[in-house]
Amino acid sequence: MIETLVLARIQFAANITFHILFPTITIALGWVLLYFKLRFNATGDAKWMDAYKFWVKVFALSFAMGVVSGITMSFQFGTNWPGFMQTVGNIAGPLLAYEVLTAFFLEATFLGIMLFGFNRVSNRVHTLATFLVAFGTLMSSFWIIVLNSWMQTPAGFQMIDGQAHATSWMAIIFNPSMPYRLVHMLLASGLTAAFLIAGIAAFRWLRNDREATVMTQLKTGLYLAAALIPVQILVGDFHGLNTVKHQPAKIAAIEGLWHTERGAPLVLFAIPNSEKRRNDYAVEVPKLASLILTHELDGEVKGLNEFAGVHPKVGPVFWSFRVMVGVGGLMLVLSWLACWQLRRRGTLNVWMARALVVMTFSGWVATVAGWWVAEIGRQPYLVYGVLTTASAAADIPAPLLITSLAMYITLYVLLIMAYMSVVFYLARNARVAEIGATPVMPGAAFPLAASA
Amino acid sequence: MSPDLATPEGWLPVVFLGLMGLSMLLYVILDGYDLGVGMLLSRADDSDKDTMISAIGPFWDANETWLVLGVGLLLVAFPLAHGVILSALYLPVAIMLVALMLRGVAFEFRAKVRAEHKTLWNRVFFLGSLGASVAQGAMLGSYVLGFESGWAAALFALFVGACVASGYLLLGASFLIMKTSGALQLRAVRWARGSLGLTALGIAAISIATPLLSERVFAKWFSLPNFLWLAPIPVLTFALFVVAYRTLKTLPRANDALAWLPFAATVAIFTLAFSGLAYSLYPFLVVGKITIWQAASAPEALKIILVGALVVLPTIIGYTAFAYKVFWGKTQPLAYY
Repeated sequence: MIETLVLARIQFAANITFHILFPTITIALGWVLLYFKLRFNATGDAKWMDAYKFWVKVFALSFAMGVVSGITMSFQFGTNWPGFMQTVGNIAGPLLAYEVLTAFFLEATFLGIMLFGFNRVSNRVHTLATFLVAFGTLMSSFWIIVLNSWMQTPAGFQMIDGQAHATSWMAIIFNPSMPYRLVHMLLASGLTAAFLIAGIAAFRWLRNDREATVMTQLKTGLYLAAALIPVQILVGDFHGLNTVKHQPAKIAAIEGLWHTERGAPLVLFAIPNSEKRRNDYAVEVPKLASLILTHELDGEVKGLNEFAGVHPKVGPVFWSFRVMVGVGGLMLVLSWLACWQLRRRGTLNVWMARALVVMTFSGWVATVAGWWVAEIGRQPYLVYGVLTTASAAADIPAPLLITSLAMYITLYVLLIMAYMSVVFYLARNARVAEIGATPVMPGAAFPLAASA
Repeated sequence: MSPDLATPEGWLPVVFLGLMGLSMLLYVILDGYDLGVGMLLSRADDSDKDTMISAIGPFWDANETWLVLGVGLLLVAFPLAHGVILSALYLPVAIMLVALMLRGVAFEFRAKVRAEHKTLWNRVFFLGSLGASVAQGAMLGSYVLGFESGWAAALFALFVGACVASGYLLLGASFLIMKTSGALQLRAVRWARGSLGLTALGIAAISIATPLLSERVFAKWFSLPNFLWLAPIPVLTFALFVVAYRTLKTLPRANDALAWLPFAATVAIFTLAFSGLAYSLYPFLVVGKITIWQAASAPEALKIILVGALVVLPTIIGYTAFAYKVFWGKTQPLAYY
């Protein structure tokens, strides 16, 4: 049984990790597309339309990947975790239903018009379709973050005969961790899109594709990244303080703090040893964890000893957190240096451009690491304090789980490789495509741009 | 057996069964034509492939969303049945999901990769469409047998899988008759004619199997007076097949007259077959085991979803109609970002 539990968790983790990669891009990229479109409408400058046309391709591809991988989720809730809906279905159900009803159809229908309807609708309707798609992705992330946050910090319900019943939908929707998690995720999406745009533009720039539109995209990506990353660090700190209050065991695992301490050190590096319940090879900064978490040098931080048996496995949480923070730090340094270079010299140097190319998908790394902290850190619970993961699992035969898991993982690895190579392929051919194609203007509203 | 339908515990599950059934029917018809066109790709010339994809491109994403809604309603309104049904169908569901993934991403990849890889993604598109269609049919076959195991049941499931794939081919081909012209339209007519037989056979097989396997279903259909007022369902279905067959023999006509008729007839056939099956199974979600009332969520949860659905569903239907209006008429060459 324990083995199938681990397998079922790995399968779900693989599916949801693969899935989140693509919404993370589309949530913010939808709004960036709207920005490109609005700038074009205002200026009539073809560079904005070229940017739109390039990124709408990436958007469409990412969106398709997100949709198809998301469908898997709606099936697996029931097949792999029947205890989830049976225990908290009265709360999770309506939230999921509202996501489908208010977001999925909106996105999917207007995406069709956005992609295929360019010659068939007026420019105004096309802009509206772009807005509705972006709005739909936002609604979708809102409902799903509400549900996830409720699973982390459940509120507004009572248990009757082992089933959760809603007592206040306001308390359920605006549960304690929801605002922090929502903002944190939206910023993560913004940063992922920003580094993707900057990285691809830098890649084109390095290939001597330095048209006005490439520089515009580079600047959009970099300025967006530089503006968002300090806000993200601040919001991350607030989110952490919120977690101290509601899920102290998760924080103890993040900090690698085995025993409750006053003036707890910040562990920069260590190999958490769960058998001896201590850290090996630790590199620490004295008192810093207390300062960050309690804003006092001698503040008390609860250690894992207080949560014996009900705390997550330390290693994965501890390491994921450091990966997330590390990538975040790199993002801060790189985006600010690059912006400084751009403002000072009006252009980048080759090394900076190469670094940006390396960071193209850095948002994925940070976002996935962050979600692993949140989700593994919630263990052994599925709904914190209400339902354990083990009691929600289905009794699926291990061979069936292994077969389907192998199938999914093979597929995901191939698809991620195909996705990344297509994005770079599009970038390599962007200039050819732009020169080759005659831009067709909806309603011929901008004849100037058409001849540009 | 059924609780008082005047109480919320009684009528809410019935309403949700209706909503779920509607979503599933819409999914089968709408994504059915997408999957049918996908399967026909393998028989089309390279020059026609872009036109065929362009005919379904603006719609497929929203079409697939009806499956998410249908399964989502099963999950949120009847969580107990969701677990039982989808666990029993674990393998075909996994195959269908992988196939739908491949089909969905192939839309994008085939339009974006270098020319020499396009053939590969066209093939993936075909295989994904085929796999999803057969898997869905096999799930239906296994479902109506109440998830019986054994080789006879497996054979029956596979047979229904082939028939559903054929039904989707009919939907896809008749959709193409509406949306295309010239040589491609001519071929679509031939494809549609070729898929009529197996589709009819599949509907006949399920119609015969369900009453034979269950005395309850038998009694529902063949007792008087039920038999009399249910008779129009099989009679109409048969008539629609005749109409489709005769129309397809004469298409295409001058001025593209009646090009819409095979598709309309096929949609009507699917709707009738679906209604007949729904009538047989009601009020069971798992044949002979779990009724809708046994599997339903708490009334207060269902109420809050219903309020949302009543507000949002008309809006969805409204903008879906708008999208069909935008892309009304013959498909234009693949003009796509």
